[in-house]
Amino acid sequence: MFDIAVAYNRYKFLGNEFLTWLWFMIETDLSSFRQHDPDLVSLTVGNRLVLENRRNNAKETVTIKGDNASMEEGLLAITKGAAVTEIHLSYKTGAQTWEFSLKGESLNISNLKLPETGPMETPDDLEGVVLEKVYLIEKVVGLVNNLFSHFIHLRLSNTWDNQTAPRIRKWATSN
Amino acid sequence: MGLLSSRMSITSYQVAGQLDESVHETVYQGLKQHMIPKIEDDGYEATVGWTSFETPYAPDFEGYSFVFGTSMVFALRIDKKSIPPKLIQKHYALYVAKRLADTGRHYLSGNEKKSIKDHVVNTLVHRIPATPNVYDLVWDYDTASLWFFSNLKAANEALETLFIKSFNLQLIRLFPYTTADRMAGLSDKERDVLRKLEKSRSEE
Repeated sequence: MFDIAVAYNRYKFLGNEFLTWLWFMIETDLSSFRQHDPDLVSLTVGNRLVLENRRNNAKETVTIKGDNASMEEGLLAITKGAAVTEIHLSYKTGAQTWEFSLKGESLNISNLKLPETGPMETPDDLEGVVLEKVYLIEKVVGLVNNLFSHFIHLRLSNTWDNQTAPRIRKWATSN
Repeated sequence: MGLLSSRMSITSYQVAGQLDESVHETVYQGLKQHMIPKIEDDGYEATVGWTSFETPYAPDFEGYSFVFGTSMVFALRIDKKSIPPKLIQKHYALYVAKRLADTGRHYLSGNEKKSIKDHVVNTLVHRIPATPNVYDLVWDYDTASLWFFSNLKAANEALETLFIKSFNLQLIRLFPYTTADRMAGLSDKERDVLRKLEKSRSEE
């Protein structure tokens, strides 16, 4: 067991690799995510993607912003060895949509916008609204945990080096 | 930002350990004991304590009002006095000028200057009201999961410290390593691989 602060810094790369893999999967094999979330209708990269490349003690950051931004620069950065450090996602199940950002090093969720909940007209409505919000947050936290869990089993297997990492490189170069 | 905000930030934790006695009663006692003081203590630059989710400026946990379904919902409040540097600069300059005039000297020693600065800060701390910051949290005791509605480092550190003091339970922040180690159901073999894991070649 590592000291918490040491573990945080030592394994930052793991979160960044998770986000890179997530982007790759969203673009190439989204349907396979439905086995982790049967309600999933779509999961798309939203309006912000940040990539970072650290080589020879130098840091290069690429930020892609905008609703219909071209991802070419991000893919090019991947081919040069960059990893995604932050991603904005839009997640849909049925008629409900969640929007949120995910940071690789911490797995923190930020800027989370939940689907519309019922109005709170009287103080008696508070409990219902809270329970609804908790349910909606649980959906998105559960999604991230399930996907991370799937990723980590893959990452710790031989399949990662033999198949997944080469596929990610191929995807980035062929786009 | 909190549970009812239109946009929220969440830091996830796992709560390590179990409470010995009745959960709601133990939590109630911990909240009451470490509740944010209702009357501001003028001498402190920052005060940290628990407050209620519904009425964060008038904390009240009576009747287990922090229980919502299977979750417990309450908030961390940090009341902090921020003295604008320019205000310190102004009062410091006035004090220095007065001291020089009173003593008929042309300069002050380093110790005197430091003592004047400390005095100015102490005086202003008593006069300036604290700004309250409220951070909601949702704790599901059965699943040992806790969501804290802030990603701010200082707020998360204050939460971790106050939580263990109040409930004698440790909060484990869930970042990539801890999520893998504690939440993903790894086998012993996978855990060994994780310990030695290095950055992927595709990311080099």
